[in-house]
Amino acid sequence: MNRQKQMELLRLLEEDSRQDVEQLAKMLAEPKEEIEKAIAALEEENIIVKYPALINWERVDDHPYVTAMIDVKVTPKRDVGFDEVAKRICRFPEVQAVYLMSGASYDLSVVLEGKTMREVASFVSQKLATIDSVVSTATHFILQRYKHDGIELEDRDEDRRMVVTP
Amino acid sequence: MSTQSTLTAKRRLSSTVASLKPSGIRRFFDLAASMEGVISLGVGEPDFVTPWRMREASISSLERGYTAYTSNAGMLELRVEIQKYLEERFSVSYHPEKEILVTVGASEAIDIALRAILDPGDEVLVVEPCYVSYEPVIRLAGGVPVFLKTTMENQFKLTPQELESHITARTKAIIFCYPNNPTGSTMSAAEWQALLPILEKHDLLVISDEIYGELTYGRMHDSIAALPGMKERTILISGFSKAFAMTGWRLGYVCAEPELLAGMLKIHQYTMLCAPTMAQMAALEALRHGRGDMERMVESYRQRRNYVVDGFRQIGLACHEPEGAFYAFPSIASTGLTAADFAEKLLMEEKVAVVPGDVFGESGHGHIRCSYATSMEQLKKALDRMERFVSKLS
Repeated sequence: MNRQKQMELLRLLEEDSRQDVEQLAKMLAEPKEEIEKAIAALEEENIIVKYPALINWERVDDHPYVTAMIDVKVTPKRDVGFDEVAKRICRFPEVQAVYLMSGASYDLSVVLEGKTMREVASFVSQKLATIDSVVSTATHFILQRYKHDGIELEDRDEDRRMVVTP
Repeated sequence: MSTQSTLTAKRRLSSTVASLKPSGIRRFFDLAASMEGVISLGVGEPDFVTPWRMREASISSLERGYTAYTSNAGMLELRVEIQKYLEERFSVSYHPEKEILVTVGASEAIDIALRAILDPGDEVLVVEPCYVSYEPVIRLAGGVPVFLKTTMENQFKLTPQELESHITARTKAIIFCYPNNPTGSTMSAAEWQALLPILEKHDLLVISDEIYGELTYGRMHDSIAALPGMKERTILISGFSKAFAMTGWRLGYVCAEPELLAGMLKIHQYTMLCAPTMAQMAALEALRHGRGDMERMVESYRQRRNYVVDGFRQIGLACHEPEGAFYAFPSIASTGLTAADFAEKLLMEEKVAVVPGDVFGESGHGHIRCSYATSMEQLKKALDRMERFVSKLS
């Protein structure tokens, strides 16, 4: 499969990872086996990492949760820089995302999820702030998610076209 | 209104208008629109909403107060962008000040092109199946349409034989649309080349509707105007509706050599004055920064085309490979039904709306036009329903 097709396949899967191989094969005009091989290779290379669903938990009543973005200032270490502390923070399952930032007055941006604000606060003070190289933290709670990973959570485009047009 | 006054009012219509047939699509629209849960493959426009950058550019122009007329021919900035775009994409070169006119959709461009060139009784060759407006617009301009047929065996391409056999002393021009609505067919440079000697011999003017020019799959669109000697005898028409998903904006353009363009400009300035300013602003943004959006849409059409063409063939409906636009035009001859019966039964029994091919001309008999500009989910359901429908027939 050529590179262009491979990119197309990735874009299709990113849009909807549940499309079956047969459908993908038809859309890309490739034999089914080729698509299977390509997907296996992309998984092997860790280009396709996982196939999660995007869930709007805010619509689930009995699932209280809060998300916070935490600015973390750290002292980088010789040889390993920020990697060591970043990886350490990644290990906590409550941590949803960790990014190394440029241009900010902090170094790592950590996205954290918890059931309550208290739970998040306690994680920050007990687990995060106590890590050796962490100098300071600032916690920002998310009040409302409008768009996530390129997808608007509440707005769906309606088909406003007429039924039959020339 | 009483029958009497209806009759009186009818008599007031010009004989030309009174004799125009209502669009064959209308009846289907009324039927389909009255039903719930219909999956429509009958829509002749993109399923994408205009990309936000164009909408935003237009909103911003309103905020800044760009609400006045533009020059008759359209904003010069826009015409310059059109010139650059046509040169880069299709290797045709038009002067922005003398050879490009911005119109209210390609529809207006078709109208003023025909009105500018036709005298009563002039014949215009119309390659069909084709967009439903060519015939009435020719008649409104006083012309006489003469239809050239195309067939599935020839991938709905115009052949030199068919072209030559319909030319008379009154033939003034030929109009066609490639990539084609409703067949999705395209013409390559070599296929155009084969027609040139005939066009030259009979000194025909070409009206080339290239509204689907960006929507090709596999190879770039070849504009007939790009062939040697053809710019002088071609009126090139295109617009923003299909490539940039901007149908409701009503913005198109027409390009032709200065004398012809000046003629069209006369009609345009007296009847339209100028195309809407806010739409021109959106179009400017489309040409400057909207190519990426367009490429993503084209990629998605191509994938869906591959999927539906394969689907029709599996159902047992012969379908040529449409190389452009967003229509498949499968043959339903194997079912023994006429296109109109097939479409009506399919709508009533399985709630799938398609358009009978003969709405677009004689050559469309035995075919249905299926637009794949709809979501994969809908396409999948539509194919399932059509499979069930066709299997019941056999």
